[in-house]
Amino acid sequence: MSYNINSKGYYGEFGGAYIPEMLYPNVEELRQNYLNIMSDSAFQEEFQQLLKDYVGRPSPLYFAKRLSKAYNTKIYLKREDLNHTGAHKINNTIGQILMAKRLGKTRIIAETGAGQHGVATATVCALMGITCVVYMGEIDIKRQAPNVARMKMLGAKVVPATSGSKTLKDATNEAIRDWINNPVDTHYIIGSVVGPHPYPDMVARFQSVISEEIKQQLMTHENTPTPDYVIACVGGGSNAAGAYYHFLEDPSVKLIAAEAAGHGINSGKSAATSTLGREGIIHGSKTLLMQTKDGQITEPYSISAGLDYPGIGPMHAHLFHSGRAEFIAVTDDEAMKSGLELCQLEGIIPAIESSHALAVFNKKHFKPNDIVVLCLSGRGDKDLDNYISYFNV
Amino acid sequence: MNRIISKLQHSKKLLSIYITAGYPTLKDTTPLIEKLEQSGVDMIEIGLPFSDPLADGPTIQASSEQALRNGMTTEVLFEQLKDIRKTVNIPLLIMGYFNPILQYGVEAFCKKCQDIGIDGLIIPDLPMEEYLEQYKSIFEAHGLINVFLITPQTSEARIRFIDSVSNGFIYMVSSAATTGNTASFGTTQTDYFKRINRMQLNTPQIVGFGIKDHDSYTQATTNSKGAIIGSAFITFLNEFGIEKIDTFIGTIRP
Ligand SMILES: Cc1ncc(COP(=O)(O)O)c(C=O)c1O
Repeated sequence: MSYNINSKGYYGEFGGAYIPEMLYPNVEELRQNYLNIMSDSAFQEEFQQLLKDYVGRPSPLYFAKRLSKAYNTKIYLKREDLNHTGAHKINNTIGQILMAKRLGKTRIIAETGAGQHGVATATVCALMGITCVVYMGEIDIKRQAPNVARMKMLGAKVVPATSGSKTLKDATNEAIRDWINNPVDTHYIIGSVVGPHPYPDMVARFQSVISEEIKQQLMTHENTPTPDYVIACVGGGSNAAGAYYHFLEDPSVKLIAAEAAGHGINSGKSAATSTLGREGIIHGSKTLLMQTKDGQITEPYSISAGLDYPGIGPMHAHLFHSGRAEFIAVTDDEAMKSGLELCQLEGIIPAIESSHALAVFNKKHFKPNDIVVLCLSGRGDKDLDNYISYFNV
Repeated sequence: MNRIISKLQHSKKLLSIYITAGYPTLKDTTPLIEKLEQSGVDMIEIGLPFSDPLADGPTIQASSEQALRNGMTTEVLFEQLKDIRKTVNIPLLIMGYFNPILQYGVEAFCKKCQDIGIDGLIIPDLPMEEYLEQYKSIFEAHGLINVFLITPQTSEARIRFIDSVSNGFIYMVSSAATTGNTASFGTTQTDYFKRINRMQLNTPQIVGFGIKDHDSYTQATTNSKGAIIGSAFITFLNEFGIEKIDTFIGTIRP
């Protein structure tokens, strides 16, 4: 079985491009060109240069000694938190802005939940001098004021999504509607491995630099390119897709996905899509999503705005269905506790999304000689208010 | 014969109205359909509300949200429509996003439509390729016409292909926009309508999106077989209620 995309844009039975005809020319243009553009040597040169000089890559693979001791195993942290703008999101936005330029687009739109992807998009648009419009749920705008300010300082226009539940899924709807209304000059930079084909594959490829570096760096640390486990949190699934990418077809590397259980899987306030979701269509992709019996998409909940999405990317739906990856649900409380533990054991304040991945160490046993790589997808600066009110710091 | 096809054969220009099922109140669906037929409308698209209507502007988004709050579901809609053919003769289509149909089961959904007397489906986010590969035979087995969309950006080759696999009519989206755009039609639209008209397609075209009054209706139908009104009708309903439907239809097509 292959865990990569097939020629029709599916991972197993998941994926495809379930889009209205209005989007067809744009998505088709992208589908026909993305692989050629990405394999072009001038494109790669520019992309790699920016990842190095602007983003600060390679991000370190750090052996977390005290954390390893606490859990009696060998834990390496892939430090995406040290990237410019504080998360893995920028790997994708750098790639997509270069793609947009190659396609001759002069206007960028994006959706954002917590604001991380919005900031990463506003950043690359400033870098390239391209107009940027970011859609953000009205409720998220209130919850994530510092990131809204960042986007504005970077010159982006932040448009509140006031439809539906006024959060990430609605911001995504609004971005798609904008694209329908601006079919010629605009490129839509999607922030995760979601949306219609070719987005999941394109975003996964841009993020795959994470696992490419892990292989090289592990060689130095452990004299082997392959870990026993790779752990990542999954919202839409882009940091996980990047961390898994070069290990997908190697069954000796076990993949673990941490999902947000919110107040608990059966609490009615959760975002654990693999458990609570059923197959359906969301934002142009056939995948697992949380929905009513009747097929209406429901509103998820997580303390982490970046994991608060009712679907998962089609790659992850396939990894779940096929059993290739193990999905572990982590509650708000478990994540917050593990986030604080990392602060105190390693001096690193993680994003709350990444704290969900860290909580896996309390839910699964690893052997002393296991090499466990955890994708630390982002830093906790954006979450300080949340940490402060949760812990009464 | 499918009612859509015979209607197309026997009328000069068609006026089709989009309604959101279960809106303004849950029980309005069938009275609205009956009243629209009495007012002289040629065809009706019954919108099955969806939580995330990607191709729709604010008016239809709001009516869909309200309809869902009113308790509209696929099950409820089928129950409301079960005797509709005792009173209504004009062609009826269901317009809905694919996920609720997928959850109901495509085959079960088509069977229900056939039992009720629905003539066609418009599913904007069901791509043509998937339809042809996976669902065409199911639709046809249940006597349902699947309506494809074209837009000003659709390439000539793709329009030709869509024409070759179409039955009934092609839904010609008036401009690059979501539903309910209030800008008037200019030369861009007229040129586009003319361009498509000159292609001499086998399948008649009906224009939708942004038609709101007599002028836009006339502009659209001068170079096509008919027009579909959605958002403007819903806006009228919000303001004047079901009783005044005749007035609205009368202003569009005096
Ligand atoms: C730090 C961080 N990690 C993870 C995510 C979740 O996204 P994904 O699952 O696409 O990696 C986000 C999204 O905002 C994020 O900011």
